[in-house]
Amino acid sequence: MAESIVQFKSVRKTYQMGPVTVEALRGVSFSIGAGEYISIMGPSGCGKSTLLNLLGCLDRPTSGQYLLGEEDVSQMDDDSLSTVRGGRLGFVFQSYNLIQQLTVLENIEVPLYYQHRTEAESREIAVRLAERVGLGKRLEHKPFELSGGQQQRVAIARALVNDPLVILADEPTGNLDSSSGAEIMELFDELNAQGKTLILVTHDPKISLRARRGIRLCDGQIESDVSR
Amino acid sequence: MSAAKSNDSLFGLVRGLTAAQLRRIVRVGIKSLWLHRLRSLLTALGIVFGVCSVIAMLAIGEGASYEAQEQIKNLGSQNIILRSVKPPEEQKVSDKASQSFVLQYGLTYLDIQRIRSTIPGVTVVLPARTIRDYVWRLSRRVDCDVTGTVPWYPATRNQRVARGRFFTEEDMAGQASVCVLGAEMVPALFPLESPLGKHVRVGSDYYEVIGVMAPGSFTAKTDDSADAEDQKPAANRMFIPLETVKMRYGEVLMRRRSGSFEAQRVQLHEATVKVDSLQDVTGVAAAIKQLMERNHPKKDYQIVVPLELLRRAERTKQIFNIVLGSIAAISLLVGGIGIMNIMLASVTERTREIGIRRALGARRRDIVLQFLVETVLLSGAGGILGVLLGITIPFIVTHAAGMRTIITFWSPLLAFSISALVGVVFGIYPAIRAAAMDPVEALRHE
Repeated sequence: MAESIVQFKSVRKTYQMGPVTVEALRGVSFSIGAGEYISIMGPSGCGKSTLLNLLGCLDRPTSGQYLLGEEDVSQMDDDSLSTVRGGRLGFVFQSYNLIQQLTVLENIEVPLYYQHRTEAESREIAVRLAERVGLGKRLEHKPFELSGGQQQRVAIARALVNDPLVILADEPTGNLDSSSGAEIMELFDELNAQGKTLILVTHDPKISLRARRGIRLCDGQIESDVSR
Repeated sequence: MSAAKSNDSLFGLVRGLTAAQLRRIVRVGIKSLWLHRLRSLLTALGIVFGVCSVIAMLAIGEGASYEAQEQIKNLGSQNIILRSVKPPEEQKVSDKASQSFVLQYGLTYLDIQRIRSTIPGVTVVLPARTIRDYVWRLSRRVDCDVTGTVPWYPATRNQRVARGRFFTEEDMAGQASVCVLGAEMVPALFPLESPLGKHVRVGSDYYEVIGVMAPGSFTAKTDDSADAEDQKPAANRMFIPLETVKMRYGEVLMRRRSGSFEAQRVQLHEATVKVDSLQDVTGVAAAIKQLMERNHPKKDYQIVVPLELLRRAERTKQIFNIVLGSIAAISLLVGGIGIMNIMLASVTERTREIGIRRALGARRRDIVLQFLVETVLLSGAGGILGVLLGITIPFIVTHAAGMRTIITFWSPLLAFSISALVGVVFGIYPAIRAAAMDPVEALRHE
């Protein structure tokens, strides 16, 4: 296996909901190597979203360690986590999450903006990526002028713009019809073939079959971890 | 870890930003505001009107107080003016149709004598008698106050002779029939020719016109409301030597009044006392007041101290400024609250956007800065609009109402900087609220 870029070491996450303490993750350990294509599955309430938030550095584990690249991000402060998100992670959401008042090009540039790259440099990268996802002719369109599939392509371009270590996709085809969903999945396959590390959270067994490794969660613990 | 801690100072927020980055933030802010044009405009209106009213009111107030002070200064700040006033109880007697009764009141030559001999530090005493009469030139007639006075009247009262000359000691001594006209009456009496060297008739006497005064208000509108109706000063004024008046009119003035005669004995209608030094004015005024009180139990005089009027005017202006300042502060406060209200709504509405930006690498301070810049842009734009409007309104007032207005250079500056400050003060809370949101929660927000 290639060098591991994501390492979870007995990660726990508990939430305090009033008087009740909810254990969302109960000691999860795994590691992911560069270039892997992973699907995370499980019934609702199994801790999928919590795991994704932790992987995406949007939240901190209650205990345990999370190494992203060489860095231990499990106890970083908010500013450093923001920098890690902007610099090393790419997000693709179920509902695209584009900023409505910005154009396609500007949406793709957002992560670079927060890393204080120059405008000319950001523009160049954004144009290149927009062309790569097949939106070269829609650079100045606003999100509401695009179809769902096109919007998700913009989101993928945005996720690629900072050349991330890992791309996290949360039900990326959940809001799409089957044909545009298939197109998006082809794009993901293509990206993985080019060496990108992908983590896919999904309900859909057909989609999870595309991944070469499937992690199954149940009640906050890993039920199975199979490589195909 | 609170948002406030990571942004402990506003300065720290902006420090480390390059000009290019700041320009981009401003551009993003303008874009967001432009997305809700009407809302932004309405929000900024509170500031617009606040700033505009500050500037316009200051300009009008400044103009009015300048005018009042000019008038008082024309009376001469080193002067004390004594005027004869018909005492109120005497007026009632005359109303009861006591035809043969000769009303006697007012300043006397003896009063002047006393002031001159007992009060030190007094240089010039300027007596004047005023008789209301018609001035004729051929068939043209003007209602006029005929003032008998002394040659140094213009110098003491800060008035200027525009053409010709004022009368001299020789005219005075020789009881010459000469007069100096007020500028306002010249067009009415001499529409086509120069009045100099011509004659005008008052009653049955002819006077040669030797000069014309420069235009300007002769009497300050000070306590004229105390005067009786028939003593209201006429719009026009004509000057003749005091000795001439004494000779022509004597001491008793007769006036025909709806079927009855009224006689008044007034020796002097007005006297101006010039005090040598400015510091002594108050003391001398008090001394004169005492002196007059002792000799005039009927209160048939009035003492006007322009310096005190000036001080009172300055105090009034101060109070006016305080009132104005509070009104301005309140209107800007209201504007600021309006901005804050809208920004809070905007933060809630854009929760999702905040979540997206946070997920894509925005730090808390980036979010604070974004919202703060929007608020400041809003209030700053409102401020600029308000300044423009506030500068325009005094011009309109001046042209439409003929009121004098003065825009001091600091009032637009002050108003604008306060509006920018309002943006920072009322923008900081919504911005911190936006930044404090948990990115996970924000992303889930519908």
